Amino acid sequence: MGLDVNWAVKWLTLSAQAMAEHRVWLIELDRAIGDSDHGENMDRGFQAVLDKLAENPPETPGAALKLTAMALMSKVGGAAGPLYGTAFLRAGTALGDAAYIDAAGLAAALGAARDGIVARGKAESGDKTMVDAWTPAVEAAAAAAADGDTLAVLIAAAEAAEAGAVATEPLVARKGRASYLGERSAGHRDPGAASSALILRAAAGAAA
Amino acid sequence: MTVRIVVVSHSQKIADGAVELAAQMAPDVMMVPAGGTSDGRIGTSLEKVMSALELAAGGEGVVVLTDLGSAVMTAEAALEFAEGPGAVLLADAPIVEGLVAAAVAAQGGASVHAVKRAAEATHGYPASRPKDEEHVSSAAHVAAGSGARSGGTTRAGGQQPGLPAVPDATGDFELVNLAGMHARPAAKIAGGLAALDAEVTVNGVDGASMTGLMTLGAGKGSVLHVEASGPDAERAVAYVAGLVQEGFGEP
Repeated sequence: MGLDVNWAVKWLTLSAQAMAEHRVWLIELDRAIGDSDHGENMDRGFQAVLDKLAENPPETPGAALKLTAMALMSKVGGAAGPLYGTAFLRAGTALGDAAYIDAAGLAAALGAARDGIVARGKAESGDKTMVDAWTPAVEAAAAAAADGDTLAVLIAAAEAAEAGAVATEPLVARKGRASYLGERSAGHRDPGAASSALILRAAAGAAA
Repeated sequence: MTVRIVVVSHSQKIADGAVELAAQMAPDVMMVPAGGTSDGRIGTSLEKVMSALELAAGGEGVVVLTDLGSAVMTAEAALEFAEGPGAVLLADAPIVEGLVAAAVAAQGGASVHAVKRAAEATHGYPASRPKDEEHVSSAAHVAAGSGARSGGTTRAGGQQPGLPAVPDATGDFELVNLAGMHARPAAKIAGGLAALDAEVTVNGVDGASMTGLMTLGAGKGSVLHVEASGPDAERAVAYVAGLVQEGFGEP
């Protein structure tokens, strides 16, 4: 038994709810160090994901994630579009046609998502980007996967992502628009790391 | 059939306008703008970029020009989604100057790699220095002002220690068209030279750089001193000679 397509659809649905609920908060985070469109972009992007899921109900978790990738890249508009799009595309590709995902496959898919973000955005840990949420999440997921419990993997990933997002606050941005602010970017949480943590929390919520 | 070009910008107006501008100098090159989001906002859209790539497929390859960071990411992601779209190259170049140079190179029949090089040769100008200025200025205090402007008929090598080796081919050509070296002639020279396997300077600036050539401010009656090295050196000098002598097809 593992996670199936119903989990994937629930994950994406909860992600869309989280983006709608935290829209204003993400906008405010982004106003401090970016161009204040992150909340709006993510909300619109995930609403488009819900539309696509309704139009073309996917048959496997991998298919659900690929469909999400396409919708996000087409509708988000900002830099988050291609970054999250690549993350979901790589994760979906890693899952392949499998109907069920086990703990090891899940941890590998999260790793592929993170690698996609790094490849596309060229950011490293400590640059004050979404990578600072994803890398600890991937490491925690890999450690938790040894026990074979998918829910434990997702909870470990969500907690590590949340801690990683909080830890971006004192950092000086070295990538993305916030990097133009230099030292003034310190003292604010990175909006991309914040939305990443919300998405990974939704993944755990969907499996609970 | 030429190489085709896709222009990805955050702004539909920028993409459309850049294509409109470049089309004046390259009427036979298919250029497909992919600017803004699908609902007309500022941003980039994977859908738009992918349909532009589809439209541009089937030629001699595609070169993609992009503006700000996420346009580059969207273009890369589109290539990843397209899974083996054939010869599609992303050019790292300023969107307007790069597009014009790429379009002119494509119009001249350059290969997809040469079109990409033509676009990228416009990068960073005028921040980078003319090619041989460093050598010249480090060789004692050569005549005040720009030592890079080797005047008239003297050959660069052999006379000054520290200068680069004698070029494989040189030539001096007087501009005969009324408007002199403006955008279109510069694009023609740069586009053609970028497609050749030769290092070429024109009055000391990179001959494959459209913006570099324009900074020469050479008017009618000015003499262009061309130095070329490499396998295509003779062809490069002959190419410039042909364009200059026919006044770039202008009055």
